[in-house]
Amino acid sequence: MPTVETPIWQHDVWDALRASGVQQVAYVPDAGHSHAIREAIADPDITDIVLTTEEEGVAVVAGAWLGGQRAALLMQSSGVGNCVNMFSLLDSCRFPFLTLVTMRGEYAEFNPWQGPMGRATEESLKLMGITVLRVDTPDDVAETVSAAADAAFLAGERVAVLIGQRLIGRKIWKKDNK
Amino acid sequence: MNTASSQLDRRELVAALLAAAPEALVVTGLGSPTYDVHATAPDRAGIFHLWGAMGGAVPLGLGLALAQPKKQVLVITGDGEMLMGIGSLGTVAASRPANLSIVVLDNGHFGETGMQQSHTSLGANLAEIASGFGIGMVLRINEADDVDDLAKHMRSQSGPVFAHAVIATGEQPRAMPGRDGAAAKNSFRANLGLAPL
Repeated sequence: MPTVETPIWQHDVWDALRASGVQQVAYVPDAGHSHAIREAIADPDITDIVLTTEEEGVAVVAGAWLGGQRAALLMQSSGVGNCVNMFSLLDSCRFPFLTLVTMRGEYAEFNPWQGPMGRATEESLKLMGITVLRVDTPDDVAETVSAAADAAFLAGERVAVLIGQRLIGRKIWKKDNK
Repeated sequence: MNTASSQLDRRELVAALLAAAPEALVVTGLGSPTYDVHATAPDRAGIFHLWGAMGGAVPLGLGLALAQPKKQVLVITGDGEMLMGIGSLGTVAASRPANLSIVVLDNGHFGETGMQQSHTSLGANLAEIASGFGIGMVLRINEADDVDDLAKHMRSQSGPVFAHAVIATGEQPRAMPGRDGAAAKNSFRANLGLAPL
C-alpha cells in the first residue's frame, strides 16, 4: 500500500471534532475520513464504533446523547441514503446530531454508480429536517466543522457537513495511477 | 429458530426481567416490546420507549451503554425489529460493551402488522446469528426463571449478552407509553441528572 501524506484538511476535521467534546465516533469508513478514524481508534478518550450500515450510527449517536455524551457519525454520501428512515428518530425526539459526509458522485467521479445517491444526498438530508453545511475549500474545513458542532451540541440542531469531492481529490487506485 | 411450541408468556417474562434488573436502564423496540414494558412498569424511570426507528433499538442501546459504562443497559425488542437491524449485533460484538444486554422476545411473527411469519419462523435462529457475529455470551430463555441467569451476567458486567426468548404468539392488550419523543428523551436524561436538550 502506498504511503500517502494525510492532507491538512483531514487534520483540521479531527482537531475540530476533538475540540467539540465528542466522545463517541461512529463510522462506516471512507478514504476522506481515514485520518479521523485512525485518530478516534488511537485516542483513549474516544470510543470508536465501526458500523455495518450507517443507519446504526444515527441510533448510536442518539443513544450516546441519552447517556450524556456527544457523538458524531462519519460516512460517505452513499450512506446518507441508508439512513433516511432512521433520521426520524432525530426529529421525533429532537436529538442533537452531527454528521460529516464525504461526497462521491459529484466531481471527477469515475464510478457512475455513485452518481444517483451523490446527487440526492443534500436534498435527502434536508427532506429529513437536517441542516446542511457544505465545505469545498480546505481553508474552510476547520471553521465549518466547528460551527456545525456548536449548532448541534449547543443549540440542539441536526447538522450535516458535506465535504465536497473536489476538496477530497481524485481517487487514486494504484501507486502509478495508470 | 422459533418452533412456535413455546408457552412462555411475554408479559410474565418482561415482568420477571424488569424485576431481576431493577437498576437497569431499558430501551424498548417498537411494537409489542414497548407495550409489554410499559404495561409491566408504567411508572419506572430510566426506560426509553421507541415508537419508530425500526432496527434502532440495539444501536441506540449501544450508544447509551458506551456513554454510561457503570450502568446496566437492557434492550428489550422483538424478532422483527431485531431482524431489521441485524447487523447491529456485529457492531455490538465489535464494540464489546460489558454493560449491554439484549433480550429478543421472539414469537416468530410480525405482530404489529397482522401476524405474518417472520424469518425466525422460516429458518433463522437469532441465538446462532448473535453467536456468529461474535457475541460471546448467548443465553436461551425458555422459562421465566431463566432470567436469573441473565440478571447474574448483567450484575457482573460480563457482557455483551444476547438472550433469545421464544415466547407464545398470543396477543396482549396494548399499553401505550407517551409518544412525545422529545419529552421522553428529556425525562430519560433528567433521571440521569442531565440537562434537557
